[in-house]
Amino acid sequence: MLKVSHIVKEYAKHRALDDVSLEVETGTIFGLLGPNGAGKTSLIRIINQITGPDEGEVFFNGEKLNQSHINKIGYLPEERGLYKKMEIGEQMLYLAQLKGLSRTEAAKRIKFWFEKMGMQDWWKKKVEDLSKGMQQKVQFVATVLHEPELIILDEPFSGFDPVNAEIIKDEILELNKKGSTIIFSTHRMESVELLCNHIALLNKSHKILDGSVKSIKNAYRDNTFYLETTRVFDITNVKTFELINSEKSDEGEKIKIKLKDGFSTNDVLSELIPLTGINYLEEVIPTINDIFIEKVKQLN
Amino acid sequence: MNKVFLIIQREYLSRVKKKSFLIMTFLVPSLFLAMIFLVGYLSKKGDDSKKEFKVLDQSGIFQNQLSNSSTLNFTYLDGDYAKAKKDIRKDENVYLLYIPSDYAKSGKTEIISEKKPGFAIVDDIESQMETILRNKKLIAAGIDTAVLNSSKAKVSINAKQLTDEGEKDASIGATFIVGFVSAFLIYLSLFIYGAQVMRGVIEEKTNRIIEVIVSSVKPFQLMLGKILGIGAVGLTQFLLWIILSTSLSTLAAGYFSKDESVKAKVEQVKNSTKGQEITKAASSNNKVQDFLQAADTINFPYIISTFFFYFLGGYLLYSALFAAVGSAVDNETETQQFMLPITLPLIFTFILGMNVIVNNPDSTLSFWLSIIPFTSPIAMMIRIPFGVPGWQIALSMALLIIGFIFTTWVASRIYRVGILMYGKKVTYKELAKWFSYKE
Repeated sequence: MLKVSHIVKEYAKHRALDDVSLEVETGTIFGLLGPNGAGKTSLIRIINQITGPDEGEVFFNGEKLNQSHINKIGYLPEERGLYKKMEIGEQMLYLAQLKGLSRTEAAKRIKFWFEKMGMQDWWKKKVEDLSKGMQQKVQFVATVLHEPELIILDEPFSGFDPVNAEIIKDEILELNKKGSTIIFSTHRMESVELLCNHIALLNKSHKILDGSVKSIKNAYRDNTFYLETTRVFDITNVKTFELINSEKSDEGEKIKIKLKDGFSTNDVLSELIPLTGINYLEEVIPTINDIFIEKVKQLN
Repeated sequence: MNKVFLIIQREYLSRVKKKSFLIMTFLVPSLFLAMIFLVGYLSKKGDDSKKEFKVLDQSGIFQNQLSNSSTLNFTYLDGDYAKAKKDIRKDENVYLLYIPSDYAKSGKTEIISEKKPGFAIVDDIESQMETILRNKKLIAAGIDTAVLNSSKAKVSINAKQLTDEGEKDASIGATFIVGFVSAFLIYLSLFIYGAQVMRGVIEEKTNRIIEVIVSSVKPFQLMLGKILGIGAVGLTQFLLWIILSTSLSTLAAGYFSKDESVKAKVEQVKNSTKGQEITKAASSNNKVQDFLQAADTINFPYIISTFFFYFLGGYLLYSALFAAVGSAVDNETETQQFMLPITLPLIFTFILGMNVIVNNPDSTLSFWLSIIPFTSPIAMMIRIPFGVPGWQIALSMALLIIGFIFTTWVASRIYRVGILMYGKKVTYKELAKWFSYKE
């Protein structure tokens, strides 16, 4: 779907992107993650042809990125904005037409979305009369109105209350199901890690990690588990695992353990069953945030 | 190109639909109309009331010599100055014309009244007195009155200009006013519409909608669309003004021509333009007539079409620069530092135009100012009513076209970088750097 190859982008004094390559497969939800200033927005602007790369190339469906691809991409920038004095309906018609829709087709789709999102009576309203959350909704609809093959959302959930964030999330998933490829860009990694099936981590202009969420997490699993038992037991003689830390509670004991080499969870269970009752045993899966911090530490 | 058209459409409609546009469109011709009515009303009123003049002539030169007219009625007094002066005070519509005994030497007279007499009246009396005095002197010198009458000649210099179509009347006054008005309109509109472009760019930048738009169109397309859209607003405004003013003033003229005296004057002017010989009576309205006559000979379609060309050319040239300034700043207060180099040539040309070009439209300075693209829209408009050789106009127009292509190119290179830059204190050095950035 989208292939970014050895992109270098330099501004006056600093290098915003340094030899960044990544690939986004059709139909995936791709997370472009990294702290502020890592180069996410620079990369997105290049994909949107707002700026050009100094070096490297971008391919869209195998073709070198060109003007004809603009109408196939929908972009929701981090800094949201609309014309304050323009009527919402007119404004959406305008934005949709700029993306290549005919006026009649655009009007039809806007009506459809307005009904879907409960915005029927907003057509004649002006942006300045809407709350910030409402403006975000308008902007989201404007981003996806032309049914783009690729939807790029920069910090999509900032500015939404939990209820609306949920609505938007559902809409995004539905669009993905219908075949749109989605790129999320955010520095709040925990907010999208459940949604994404593929991620790339950017830090200080470099891509430091890339892959499917599953494989990355697998790679960072270190055989640690949470274990909660019904009563306290003597841990000094267990052979299958070692204790990392423990936490006593009313019901019993919650501990974090690390399996010793050559043992599986089954071995742990068969050793523990004679000793105590088991409430649960659950693998500690590192969050993307943890992985990111780990990775940055490694690089330093 | 389709997208540029969409942008033009939005920029155009969003402004034309505004109330302020409607107000401006009707306000200006209404003011124009109000002015015509006021002038018409005042001159009519002036015609109606007859001024009573008591003449106290101690020199004896003018006794029973001043002729009554539709506006003036002279009666002659005897007695002394102090008494006459006292009597006059009782009636505010009566004027005292006092001619002292040493008038022939000093040439001084006085008009004493409660109300100040109008300029036209004073002018009329002065010219009557001059004629009478001159006649007296000539007779005293032994010149026959018959000879005198036949030699009576009124000289009014008719500046005639040789053109391809033959001789053409050229009234300096009318030419000056046409040149001044069109140059002033261009000067004003370059500022007004240029600033609108700048404000539009700043609005999109501070609204942050810019990033959405430039993900759909190229920054250059957006800039071009905005400039052309607002330019179209300017053209619409001018066209509406011209149409409304013309139709309103035609209506007004119709209203005033019910009045016989005005009708007669209009007839007179019409006849004179047909080249018929008319004898010009000594009348204070001569100047107005001359002016109307000259105004009639000015080639308005030609002036209006060059006006539109220079407005458009100048607008395209300057608005591109205004757009670049708008892109470089975060809000309007920061524009100051970049405005000076843009506004300076405009102000400079306007001032020079009013002082130098008008007085000497064919001087070397006037020539160069009307050729250089940054100054030509204003300078050329002042020169055109005086007549400019075809090759100069062609050269000036060609350079103006090259000029706005150049400024648009320079501006677009700054614009594409500027619109995405926030929170930076921008310097000229920075602008130069943006200019040299690659895509």
